[in-house]
Amino acid sequence: MDLEFTPEERAFRDEVRAFLKDNLPEELAGKVAAGKELSKDDLLRWQAILHERGWLAATWPEEYGGPGWSAVERHIFAEECALHNAPRLVPFGLNMLGPVLLKFGTEEQRREILPRILDGSDWWCQGYSEPGAGSDLASLKTRAVRDGDHYVVNGQKTWTTLGQHANKIFCLVRTSTEGKPQEGISFLLVDLDTKGVEMRPIRLIEGGHEVNEVFFTDARVPVANLVGEENQGWTIAKYLLTHERTNIAGTGFSMKDMERFHRLSRQMTRDGRKIADNPIYAARAAEIETELEALRITNLRMLANAKGGAAGGIESSMLKLKGTQVRQAIQDLYRSALGPQAAPMASELSENELAVPVEAARAAPAYFNNRKLSIFGGSNEIQRNIVAKELFRR
Amino acid sequence: MDFNLSEDHQMLADSLRRYLTDNYDIETRNAHAYAEPWHSAEIWAGLAELGIIGAFIGEEQGGFGGSAEDVSVIFEEVGRGLCAEPLLGALMGLRLLAGLGRSDLVEAIVAGSARPVLAVYEPHVACDLSHIEAQARRDGGDWRLTGRKSAIYGAPGADHLLVAARTDAGIGLFQVESPELISATMVDGGGVSDLVMDDLKVECLSPDCRADLEDALDLGRVALCAEAVGAMAHLIDLTIDYLGQRQQFGRPIATFQALQHRVVDMLVELEQCRSITIAAVAGFGTQDQARNVSMAKNLIGRMGRKIAEEAVQMHGGIGMTWEYPGAHYAKRLVMIDHQLGDHNDHVLRLLELGGAAKGRAA
Repeated sequence: MDLEFTPEERAFRDEVRAFLKDNLPEELAGKVAAGKELSKDDLLRWQAILHERGWLAATWPEEYGGPGWSAVERHIFAEECALHNAPRLVPFGLNMLGPVLLKFGTEEQRREILPRILDGSDWWCQGYSEPGAGSDLASLKTRAVRDGDHYVVNGQKTWTTLGQHANKIFCLVRTSTEGKPQEGISFLLVDLDTKGVEMRPIRLIEGGHEVNEVFFTDARVPVANLVGEENQGWTIAKYLLTHERTNIAGTGFSMKDMERFHRLSRQMTRDGRKIADNPIYAARAAEIETELEALRITNLRMLANAKGGAAGGIESSMLKLKGTQVRQAIQDLYRSALGPQAAPMASELSENELAVPVEAARAAPAYFNNRKLSIFGGSNEIQRNIVAKELFRR
Repeated sequence: MDFNLSEDHQMLADSLRRYLTDNYDIETRNAHAYAEPWHSAEIWAGLAELGIIGAFIGEEQGGFGGSAEDVSVIFEEVGRGLCAEPLLGALMGLRLLAGLGRSDLVEAIVAGSARPVLAVYEPHVACDLSHIEAQARRDGGDWRLTGRKSAIYGAPGADHLLVAARTDAGIGLFQVESPELISATMVDGGGVSDLVMDDLKVECLSPDCRADLEDALDLGRVALCAEAVGAMAHLIDLTIDYLGQRQQFGRPIATFQALQHRVVDMLVELEQCRSITIAAVAGFGTQDQARNVSMAKNLIGRMGRKIAEEAVQMHGGIGMTWEYPGAHYAKRLVMIDHQLGDHNDHVLRLLELGGAAKGRAA
């Protein structure tokens, strides 16, 4: 048994750390540390820096501009990025459409689309969920009807994350109502400038604009924008779900959030003592941290399995489940530690008006926003279904 | 990074599993675990013959193993087979005797012909040795002890009773010959004793061996965590099997999502418990020992209870019966939290060490 990374993996980690130290702009790291919203320009700026180093598309093969990393290297990179407060990479082009085109796309589609993801020319968003199709995604109703060289698309997509920055959307659309619902779905690429496509913001629980809904009214989309075969969309969607998802446990984010809690607990006095000296908070923190340490090792064990070629079907579901529980527990701890100081909307106050550290000012909105963690990307209930299906098969 | 068992460890695990499967079914287990002398001389001899007891100490001390990983591999199978033999006391006692260089005693213990146990805890001490009250005093060339020891696991019928007591130098270790014990059956099987000492004449093994005691107890905790992981894995298997067999409303209750999701949560916690036990094993003998062991004992304590309660609940009435093996696994999982410090004791220990995160390898 050996919990350590190999010397090569450790050297890689040092290389990543040195790169982040030299190249991650302080301004961006500061915003991330303070939990501030990043602008489109911020996100593109970081993406360009990584692209220049060849480290942007972690999962892609070298032939298409990826770094050719192993699963362990991808894990190390993601964890170090989180620990250094690097901006999150928007996954839709890099980790979703990219792998789909590499597996199911034509060579022409790869050569045309992948470079534009890397250099930031295109910002992709995801058109999966619909008002009536969430966990039961296969019941989706947005229709794409063939008309000569085009599909005519009608329907509505929702929960489109950062769609306000996007110029393209990849969609699951219904191309057939024959047979099982899963058998009539296709994977279609749509230009958001197309006539008949309209995006509207959805305001979230904490007040932020992160997601949108997209309406399609007789939008004409070239047939060449189909990925894979017509009615093969469900296979593609399932491939993405089971496709190894780097950093799904989010241990780097949790470690960072835990550090932030400890900083606060040593700074803030509440009823005559530091929060760190309050036995209830200290005990709760120690127990959450214990679960995080276990999760870190569970993650490594599953990575080591993947390295050995073992299938990772239910493992990413288990990592998502526990990873989101731990992250949400830390968010809850942090918010509650602030006591009455969690109430003021930080966005309405300047930094010198705040009674709490700047990085703590958005604790309550962040807590509310992060309730999403156990809902999106396949709700935790769906993840349990996936594991249960495997468990009760025997 | 490699989480696979070595070939030797896999063989050790396989041979112990086979031995318990062949010789120690639940009826045999309960017959021994719930009646005086609360263990089986035959099974003990069999375990010794397999090399299980020798694996608790290193070769230079007269054993065949001695690493924390050796111990965890063994105890995971002990948990899976719900073995109630007094291995925990033997592990801690043998470690101390070997550490003190008592090769005269070690050989017979490794061979299975003598058995040590350790008396540390007291009616008012559950985890932290600073609160030990039992007092040792010199009486000419002799030593005498006064106080009451509790929770001496496996004491009935033991050959070497090692007692920790306060001395001028710290906490010493003493051996008591033919003690008069107050013995009882444990709720989850096996025998446990108290020892009341009133100026009792004893042999001094060491006037101060607190550090060795802490190490022996920490290794005992690693053993308990590994035992719990083995017991959890088996109890979850039993639960999944039962849900598949039990028919209600015209179909197996395994088809009900409300139950499926709870089993998945149990499984996730099992993996977490396995991971934190790996951390305790890897940290043993390093500066992270106490912290990692306490993290493990905390998580195991909480999740052992959760998995036990969920398993009993999902079995319904059957899970409440003495006849059903799962019930005994559930009891063991809950009661492990009562041994060598519970989840709350270990949170307090973590806080004294400066929290759970410190010392994590950068």
